Formats: sequence, structure tokens, C-alpha cells
Amino acid sequence: MAKMTQEETQALIQEVLEVYPEKAKKDRAKHLAANDQSVEQSKKCITSNRKSQPGVMTVRGCAYAGSRGVVWGPVKDMVHISHGPVGCGQYSRAGRRNYYVGHTGVDTFGTMNFTSDFQEKDIVFGGDKKLDKLIDEINELFPLVKGISVQSECPIGLIGDDIEAVSKKKTKELEKPVVPVRCEGFRGVSQSLGHHIANDALRDWVLSNRDGDNSFESTPYDVAILGDYNIGGDAWSSRILLEEMGLRVVAMWSGDGTLPEMELTSKVKLNLVHCYRSINYITRHMEEKYGIPWMEYNLFGPTKIAESLRAIAARFDETIQANAEKVIAKYQAEYEAVVAKYKPRLEGKKVMLYVGGLRPRHIIGAYEDLGMEVVGTGYEFAHNDDYDRTMKEMGNATLLYDDVTGYELEEFVKRLKPDLIGSGIKEKYVFQKMGVPFRQMHSWDYSGPYHGYDGFAIFARDMDMTINNPCWNRMQAPWLQSSESSAAQQAAA
Amino acid sequence: MALRQCAIYGKGGIGKSTTTQNLVAGLAELGKKVMIVGCDPKADSTRLILHSKAQDTIMQMAADAGSVEDLELEDVLATGYAGIKCVESGGPEPGVGCAGRGVITAINFLEEEGAYEEDLDFVFYDVLGDVVCGGFAMPIRENKAQEIYIVVSGEMMAMYAANNIAKGICKYAKSGSVRLAGLICNSRNTDREDELIEALAAKLGTQMIHFVPRDNVVQRAEIRRMTVIEYDPQAKQADEYRSLAKKVIENKMFVIPTPCTMDELEDLLMEFGILDEEDESIVGKTAAEEQAVAA
Repeated sequence: MAKMTQEETQALIQEVLEVYPEKAKKDRAKHLAANDQSVEQSKKCITSNRKSQPGVMTVRGCAYAGSRGVVWGPVKDMVHISHGPVGCGQYSRAGRRNYYVGHTGVDTFGTMNFTSDFQEKDIVFGGDKKLDKLIDEINELFPLVKGISVQSECPIGLIGDDIEAVSKKKTKELEKPVVPVRCEGFRGVSQSLGHHIANDALRDWVLSNRDGDNSFESTPYDVAILGDYNIGGDAWSSRILLEEMGLRVVAMWSGDGTLPEMELTSKVKLNLVHCYRSINYITRHMEEKYGIPWMEYNLFGPTKIAESLRAIAARFDETIQANAEKVIAKYQAEYEAVVAKYKPRLEGKKVMLYVGGLRPRHIIGAYEDLGMEVVGTGYEFAHNDDYDRTMKEMGNATLLYDDVTGYELEEFVKRLKPDLIGSGIKEKYVFQKMGVPFRQMHSWDYSGPYHGYDGFAIFARDMDMTINNPCWNRMQAPWLQSSESSAAQQAAA
Repeated sequence: MALRQCAIYGKGGIGKSTTTQNLVAGLAELGKKVMIVGCDPKADSTRLILHSKAQDTIMQMAADAGSVEDLELEDVLATGYAGIKCVESGGPEPGVGCAGRGVITAINFLEEEGAYEEDLDFVFYDVLGDVVCGGFAMPIRENKAQEIYIVVSGEMMAMYAANNIAKGICKYAKSGSVRLAGLICNSRNTDREDELIEALAAKLGTQMIHFVPRDNVVQRAEIRRMTVIEYDPQAKQADEYRSLAKKVIENKMFVIPTPCTMDELEDLLMEFGILDEEDESIVGKTAAEEQAVAA
């Protein structure tokens, strides 16, 4: 299919909107756009971070998911209590593949589910006493736990439990941070507010814990990785590159992260931000309070990796800058071999993305390194500063869709006929059954890492084995094939 | 006779619990089999019948036993004066938890355990002053109380509350069989109180079913944790409750109320001299500004 013009993309959007009732049409129209790189501010062409329309299929999560699942969950040496009825914690347990090292149940707790398992009587009489007791039990059963967070589920906000008072009391008793997080699921329009609430809790209960304590010996090369949740080991394949450059990674927020390293983050020289959406709040706070500068980076695909490593090195001295060049040179043969192997098999393939925090823009470069083109992209819970960043990465007249509905995404796929869709588990089987190659781009489809040079090799292999899988030529049942083609097959047999 | 389920609402402190228990005592005296369901965390809806401070509540016993499923009906049901069955839903201390959920849980429990299947003529729900959330509307939802009595007096706030409760009834009347059955005027000895409440009743499309005069014997009986009918059967006030009971038995006037607007209500209050004519020119003016104008 030839490249679409601005008008054609607009016409497609109008056509897809046609089935909606007037009010829904008007609302959804604001969330769909044809990209125009000349537009400086995305708010002129796309609306985001608004409540989803009733009646549509949206795949958004809730504030609890944003806090418990995304930001706090990976902090491995803390216990995160899903405070409320059992389901929220149990059905999200260990679902995000944030890898970590440690002895689960001894000094790390990442894949475990702790819940106050609210019953009727806890709703009626309040759950503060139960929470108090539960925290004691956790500390007794898991004495190596470094701290505890209380992740509020919806009922906590409804009945007005005072988890702050309990947390203060237990922090004092246990001499370990006990952090209340008001991430009730009904707050906000998506998981995005949960990220913000989680950031605020980190600011108020963790970040300043070592203010005035200068026992930590810092170096001029101390950095922190913010907003890498180590899905499938991503943070590890990023960290080695920074370390090879001569930087010292003091903290990882929060993939494979620990409470002590978060408490030390106020001592670093530069904050490196991966997932801007989920972590920019605390990043900006550190800039304001501790004067720590920050920058975004992207380690998907060799082009972006080289760009990012150079940009990071530019913040340091010549040694680091020289080291960055050495690192890029060291891996050159490796990534060129990857490109040489897979580009001929993937060249010209079209991709549509629909993911979460940063991937709808960050992975574009990795696809382009393989000769592929991203023709449509969108976010579940972005704000306009995300689209500002995205519009520069996407080609003109490509499709942008915010909080896209199940119906819209299906229609766009039918019309744009991409060779690959990258989205989540809720979309996966719909599109596979439509015969479109699909990769989960939240969980890396149980593969990964995809960050860094090591990750790029895995990324390229995964895309190839999905797109060029022979199964896609077997989509039509034999009895539905035309007599001509079946005759040809018989002759061949 | 089929079971009649009635709920008593009204502004806090208006005398709902006292009126309900005296009324129920009147019904029992007339040979009716009655159950009172207290829907207030304070659990003071049955004390005059049981001569107790506060009955053990469903929610407290459920919390002690583990869950409400661990309770039996006979654990929660107490029998008092003239065979009146008493139960309290109970709930948390002020400021914690969710009292509304307690009411929902307790009433569901009573239904599931068949508390209403016994040979009863009347069930009375005595509900917390304001319908602050869905839980306290539980007694007027589908298949619960069909008759609502509002306790009211000639005071402005009591009448506002009555009008608001009527609005709440409208909401549930459209989806179910709940109806407003009348206003019970619990007198505060204000001027022309009976006429005023008659007029309010007319506006709401209902009746003032009875005017209960003020009488200190009610307080004397309360100190003894008794209803007037039990404490002093010869008292004139006992006859008032008896006649209220008789009117309730004979009541046939069940309506979907027609609550008035704020303006209509204020007009009515002005008509009876309870509210002064509003002077729009003074709204939002501070004392200093008024002085400046006067000078």
C-alpha cells in the first residue's frame, strides 16, 4: 500500500468515526489525528488523558494498577500490601515480568501477593486495626523486609480509613518506612494518576530519608535510572552500557530496585529518565529540591542507543565521552550483524503500535533500524507532553490514536493492513485470529530484554519469527480455498 | 393479614426511635405481631421494648464470630414487651468504617435467614436521621418497606428534611412499590403546628396521620427504658400512641409523594410566619458594608 496523504488519513478517521452516535463521535474525533510534524504542540491536534466514553472497549487500567503494578511493585525488598479485598492483588500478581535477583520470600518479595483480604466486617467497622496487625505479621514473618507500602484499593477511600495514621505509627514502631499510598482505583481516568500518586508517596515518605546524612561516598559519575521497570531484564541490558561508559548506577527506579537505593537517589549527579510518563513527577521534584538535572534517553535499536549514549556522555567529562564512543564501537560488529541478518527479511514491513508509557514512541527507531515503518501509534494513558514527543518521531500523515477503542483499532488495522501489530494481551488474540502477526509490547511476549545492544538482537529475532512465521500462509481452511489453488496444491503434492 | 413493612424516617433527634417504639407497643397491645429493625449504628431503636441499654447488634456479633454467615437468627433476635421482636443492625463507631454497608449486610442477613417468614403482621425499620448514602436507603428498596412514615415537627429544619426524604422516596417509588404513608407530627409546641404540618402534608400529596402532642410522661418512661403504654397505660399520652397505632392499621393512603421546590417550601414557612420574607438586598453584604450604606 502506498503511503497515505494527510487527507487520506483524515478521511479514514472520519469513516471510522461514522458509526458512533453524535456525542461519542465528537469526543472520539478529538483523540484521533493524522500526524503533522510541523505542528509544534500536540494539543492543537490531539486530546489525551480524558475519561473514556461509556460503551466503548478501552484497555485502560486504574490508579491502583499504576501505583501497585507499575511504580511500587518492582521495589523488590519491600512488601506491598494490596489493602482491600483480595482480587486486585491476586489477579495482578507477578503479571508484569519485572525481573529481579534475590531470594523471594526471604529478602525479596516481588512475585508475592500480600493482601488485607477485606471482609464485610472490615468494610463496616473499618480496616485500620487489621492493617496494623498485618504489618506486624509481615515484619515478624519476613524480618529482612526493608519497608512496607500500603496500596489502597477502592473501598479504603470509600470508607475513609486513616492509613496515614497507621503508617506513621508503624514506621515508628518498626523503624522501617511504612508508606501509605492513596491509589484507590476510582481516582483519575486511567493508571496515569496512579503513577503520579505513587511518585508523590515516594517524595513524601522515601526520598528525603537520608537528607543530612553524608555518609554515602558519591562520585562525579553517579547516575540513577528512572522509569525502567526491568521488564524481561531491560534495565540490566541498559545498565551495563552505562557502566561500561564509566558511570556508576546508584539506583534503578524501580526495576530490580531496592528501598535503600531509592533513598540514595538524592545524592546522584544526573537522573536518566526512561519512562517519562510514570516517573517525571519525582524527577522534577528532585530537580527542584536537590538541583539534580535530568534527561530522557532511549535504548531501543542501535541508532537511538548511539544517540542516547552520546547525549548522556555529553553531560560528563571527556573520559566518559571517549568511553561512549568505545562502547558504541565495541558493539558495532554485533549490531551490524543483526541488521544484516534481519533487515532483508523485514525491510518495508509496516507496524502499528498501541501500548503504554513510552514504547509507542521509543520503539519506532528500533523498527526503522530494521527497515520497517511504524504507520500508526497511540497510548493508553498518555498526556499531551507524550504526544509532543511522539509527533517528532512519526512520519507525516501517519495515524495517532489516543485511548483507542477496540472497534477503532480493528477498523484501522483492516484499512492500513500492517504486517505487524505491537500491543497487549487484550488485543493479541483478536488480531491473531484476524490473521495479523502480533507481538505483545508490554511484556515482550514473555521474551526480552529489548533494551540495549543485547536487547536489540532479541528484538530483531522476535519480530522476524513473528512476521515471517509460516503459519500466516495457512490462514484459510482447505475447504474454503478456491478449486484452482487446491488443484495447484494437489499437483505439487 | 399479609406482612406490612414500614420504615420510619425523619430529621435526626426528632424522636423517631421513641415514636416508633411507642407506636409498636400500641400495635402489640392490639394483638399485632411486630418486629423492629434498628438501622442506626447507635443501636437505640429497641431499648424501650427490651429495657436494655443497647441490644447486641448483628454487625458486632458477626465481627466477633468471624462473618455474618456464622450467625443464626436466634442469636440476633430478642423478644421484649408484648412479644415484640427486636433486632439491631449495628455498625461502627462514629468516624470509622461504613455504617451504610452495615445496614445492607444486616438486612440481607435477616432476609436470608427468613426473619420475615415468621407469623408477623408488621416490620418497622427505624432508620438513621438522614439518608446519607445508599446503605440507609436499603429499607426502602425493592421488596423491603412499602410504607414510609416521616416523623416531623413544626420546625423549619425538620420540614426541610421531610421534603428531602420525600424526594428520596420518589426515586425508589418509580422502580418499586414503596409509597409515602403519612407524616407523624411529633409536636414541639410551635404555633399552629398542626395546621402547618397538615399544609405540608397536602403539598407532599399525603396526610398528617396523627398529631402526637408533647408530654413529659414520654421522658419519664424513657428514663425507665419503657414505652409510655407499658410504663403508665392510663396516661393520656398512651392513648395518643394507641390512636396512632389504630390509624396505621387502618391506613389506606399510600402515595408517590410530590415533593416541593425550595421556593414552595419557603413560601409555606413564610405563610406561617416561621420564615421572614427574604430581603435580596442584604445578601452577601458584610456588617461594615451595611454600616457604610446606613451612614
